[in-house]
Amino acid sequence: MSEHHPIVIVGAGPVGLSAALELAALDRPSVLLEMRSAESDGSRAICWSQRTLEIWKRVGVAQPVIDRGVTWQVGKVFYEEDLAYEFDLQPEPGFAMPAFVNLQQNIVEGLLLEAVEAAGVIDLRWATTVTESSSTDEQATLTVDGPDGSYVISCDWLIAADGARSTVRRDAGLSLIGRTFEDKFLISDIRMTGTMPTERWFWFDPPFHQGRSTLLHRQSDDVWRVDFQLGRDVDPEEETDPERIKKRIQAMFGDDIEFEIEWVSIYRFQSRHLENFRHRRVLFAGDSAHQVSPFGARGANAGIQDAENLVWKLDLVMSDAAPESLLDTYSDERVYAAAENLAVTTQTIDFMTPQSDTDLALRTATLGLARRHGFARPLVNSGRLSVATVHHGSPLSTADSAVFEGDVELGGPVLDAPVHGSNGDWLLDYVGREFVLLFYGSTSDVPAGLPPDLRVVAVGEGGDIVDISGLVAKRLGWSEGCGVLVRPDQHLAARWKSVTIAGVVAGLARARGMAEAA
Amino acid sequence: MSVNLDTLAIDDGDAFYEALRVLHDGKTPHESAVLNFRIILLLANQVGDEALQEILRVATASE
Ligand SMILES: Cc1cc2nc3c(=O)[nH]c(=O)nc-3n(C[C@H](O)[C@H](O)[C@H](O)COP(=O)(O)OP(=O)(O)OC[C@H]3O[C@@H](n4cnc5c(N)ncnc54)[C@H](O)[C@@H]3O)c2cc1C
Repeated sequence: MSEHHPIVIVGAGPVGLSAALELAALDRPSVLLEMRSAESDGSRAICWSQRTLEIWKRVGVAQPVIDRGVTWQVGKVFYEEDLAYEFDLQPEPGFAMPAFVNLQQNIVEGLLLEAVEAAGVIDLRWATTVTESSSTDEQATLTVDGPDGSYVISCDWLIAADGARSTVRRDAGLSLIGRTFEDKFLISDIRMTGTMPTERWFWFDPPFHQGRSTLLHRQSDDVWRVDFQLGRDVDPEEETDPERIKKRIQAMFGDDIEFEIEWVSIYRFQSRHLENFRHRRVLFAGDSAHQVSPFGARGANAGIQDAENLVWKLDLVMSDAAPESLLDTYSDERVYAAAENLAVTTQTIDFMTPQSDTDLALRTATLGLARRHGFARPLVNSGRLSVATVHHGSPLSTADSAVFEGDVELGGPVLDAPVHGSNGDWLLDYVGREFVLLFYGSTSDVPAGLPPDLRVVAVGEGGDIVDISGLVAKRLGWSEGCGVLVRPDQHLAARWKSVTIAGVVAGLARARGMAEAA
Repeated sequence: MSVNLDTLAIDDGDAFYEALRVLHDGKTPHESAVLNFRIILLLANQVGDEALQEILRVATASE
């Protein structure tokens, strides 16, 4: 038996599921192969970022995740018993999505699965393991082991979202660059009814776990993630003994604490990524392409940004509206993102697990000063939480010809803001899925002769939407007559102080990967 | 900004040297290292980014 499909996705983790939903939103069917026979049970990721929620909003999954999860934005870091650093991830209001929502990864996957089933065009096959894969420049071929035996599937494009131990990556003969860390961490999810606030609490050298660090973070249903740094030379078997975990939890909360252990695991972290996310007809996304330590929530959140970056490009290439090389810019942009996430999370690990006497002395000095003096607090690093990547230097961006003072950066996503209009109350409801020109002014001021396949949204009096609080102007840093070219993934491709037809045509061609043709 | 590498900007150099030295009296090598880093961090924040780059460069070039 052999079958052929336009798109096959391997792996129904958060990244594979998100990619399938993004494709479905563009009416692109996909076959999704998953070796598990049912939803996963143990949780891994718990923190879902604002950008992830913005992406899921467009496929109808953000609200269910918000409703089911817990919203937070404040983090506190303690040294011994004292507060050493505090951060607020969303000090300024005016975003549709919260800074972060915490929800167990398996529950999130369940919500994504509901949307996958409702989409109608996603052929999800459980208990189906890819055992072998290969690719030419024309198609990819998979041997799979399904509930009814083994068969072969070929496809025009293969999305490899098969996780850290990717079979597809192995078969392509690709290796990851980066580091593996020796320190082990005990991740325990416990159920208890506590009165602690919904904040991210992190301790360096607390009295209940001396010489090491601990993270406490709330999830939904009264489940709390408690993450203990264990050091290098520990016996996983001993450490996962429920009696031993009970002692650790009691040391933290007192002997009277009542709790149940939901899930326990021991981790060591990797910081590594592929040098190229495209291999012929295979596109790697998520953990198959990059792995980082979880302190910063940059794993799945980056993988979901991979999916949104990939899907519109794949769609344009498949409909012959862009050259195949547009998919190489998927690799360019997301390798850049992976390298940035790797650098940031490696700095965190270096702070959290000092590897030499000197490293430890530097950290002790920093924490000691941070306890008393404000200047040292920003140096305390317990994880820098996931933000949307600004793809600096992207080949798809048109270099600015003027200075824009706003918060939005070229190559980064448009920041949300409240608006008035007929299609929603937020700016991001008006961009995405296709190329959009945001124009500051009334509809009648939009220059005539813009490309017909470019949607124009005029912002202002007499336009399509109104900037009700001035936050659109503040965040875009624009004024009357300015134009901003937004890609289908809501990232900013070009901007002008005054819009010209030639400028927009060239910017659009570049953003579609046709710079030479322009 | 260019870093002053030619003249001592401290009034009584010998007294300063002595003060810095006695700070470490009775300290273990680790405690001394921590203290040194505390001093470095405070000084670094005092001088700011620009001079700092230059100081780090001169310091590593003077081994
Ligand atoms: C303790 C911990 C905490 C974390 N916390 C966070 C966090 O707060 N926020 C965050 O963003 N990230 C976090 N992460 C990282 C996050 O869990 C991963 O980045 C995320 O799961 C990656 O998603 P994925 O879809 O790429 O891969 P996976 O979730 O690993 O999914 C891959 C899927 O592919 C399937 N598969 C594999 N091989 C095959 C095959 N040959 N055939 C068929 N199917 C196959 C697997 O069964 C699996 O379902 C954390 C990780 C850990 C370990």
